[in-house]
Amino acid sequence: MRNALRIFGAGWWMNMKQLTQSPLFVFTSLIEPLIMATIAFYTAKAGGKPEALFYLAIGAGVMGIWSSTLFGSGGVISWQRWEGTLELLVASPPPLIVIVVPLTIATSSIGIYSLTATLLWGRFLFGIPFDLAHPWLFAVGLPIAVVAMGLLGLLIASTFVLYREANALSNMLEFPIALVTGLLFATSLLPGWTRPIGWLLAPTWAARVIRESALGGNPLFEIAMCVILSGVYLVLASHFLRVLEVRARAKATLALA
Amino acid sequence: MTYPVRVFFVGGLLSYRALFTWLTPWILIPTFLVAPIFQILLFAYIGRSANLQSDEFYVVGNALQYTSLPCLFAMANMLGDERWSQTLGILLSSPASRLALFLGRSLPVILNGALVGAFGFVAGSLILDVHVPASAFAPLALVILVTAVSCTGLGLVNGAIGLRVRESAVSSNILFGFLLVMCGVNVPLDELPGWMEAISSVLPLTHGIEAARELADGASLGDVSGLVATELGIGVVWAVIGCSLLRFLEVEARRRATLESS
Repeated sequence: MRNALRIFGAGWWMNMKQLTQSPLFVFTSLIEPLIMATIAFYTAKAGGKPEALFYLAIGAGVMGIWSSTLFGSGGVISWQRWEGTLELLVASPPPLIVIVVPLTIATSSIGIYSLTATLLWGRFLFGIPFDLAHPWLFAVGLPIAVVAMGLLGLLIASTFVLYREANALSNMLEFPIALVTGLLFATSLLPGWTRPIGWLLAPTWAARVIRESALGGNPLFEIAMCVILSGVYLVLASHFLRVLEVRARAKATLALA
Repeated sequence: MTYPVRVFFVGGLLSYRALFTWLTPWILIPTFLVAPIFQILLFAYIGRSANLQSDEFYVVGNALQYTSLPCLFAMANMLGDERWSQTLGILLSSPASRLALFLGRSLPVILNGALVGAFGFVAGSLILDVHVPASAFAPLALVILVTAVSCTGLGLVNGAIGLRVRESAVSSNILFGFLLVMCGVNVPLDELPGWMEAISSVLPLTHGIEAARELADGASLGDVSGLVATELGIGVVWAVIGCSLLRFLEVEARRRATLESS
């Protein structure tokens, strides 16, 4: 347990430092959410719904966390493969899941930049007030939401072990998941069959946690959903990683997949 | 086949194929076919939520904006990949015509961009039940092609930036997002601040999208010929700037010996 915590701390911190050195990752976590937020703000203003601006600012920020997670998690295996360290990690004594979890949590942690940048962008350029209805619930709910999204990233990363071009797949998933989770509009507009899909995805609950603690409401159910989904993602990812790792080693395709 | 023609066609085709790492053409599907559909749907639903514009507005805007994805990324990646595979120095020390070299690399990209835009338009229209008069199909195809040409002009500038900076994916992403915000893709131009509208008038896409929206509303090609000509003109100007910049930065890189190290 102590070793696992040490691996978590070291892996999380190392990946945080590596990601902040990447201009592309900084773009993904800082500039892209501002682009989405700007379009959403102008759309709401032009549509005569200025009261929705804070709601949209939070949605764009959560979308930024999600984009960072997706981009980082999609690449986490590929980057190790390119650097020639994937075989070393797989061959090392700790289970692969213990090594990969902190890397994906780091990608979603970087996403907090996105939320901050989007809220500041809205505050200073569009005059959107930033008043938290429940600051303590916000402080508790935000890390839980970030971890839940990071573990969804882990689940995605675990299924990408076999694919060399995992980034193409992860880039493709950004908008579909933003769509079904209703990050920038109410999911009631979507066809009914899409809503259960959204319920299975952490960004749905993460956005609600942050919105309800910021705008007012009771986010405890949403926080509980984030915790439950985190556990489910962790179990599934652990299983997939074990199965796919064995398969890649048996076929000798770990470095080539 | 004369050398410049060979460099134009064969060199351009080989360079395009190399973009997809030779063995994995399937990555075309998520990048060029699935992603534009979801961009269209996302913004259409944001628009529905704000009661701002019809679905047609978002289908046309986002489908045409997606033509810029291959045009921007491929033009920068072609040079970046040459550097990555250590062939950039060899390529630029060859006596091949630079115009044939760079414009030849543009041709497959233009076709790719046009196909992506056309696919996004058709798929988005079918999913969101957007009806466009049959008489508009051929003019719309022309407008999409012209828009792809014009975006590739900007892509040449982006490719030139790739001679100076190492991570060309960043400039490609910034330009892609910049076009998304500035060109009236999802927000009508008259709802944007004046300075943004002014910038949009010299960017690719803006006039192409406007022409395509008018065609989808029943206008004839003659009605939008001015917009189409402006879009093409803007693309040609960007292409001239791009080729000049490529030449300038190539000379600079050779002079400073930074071709491989930038």
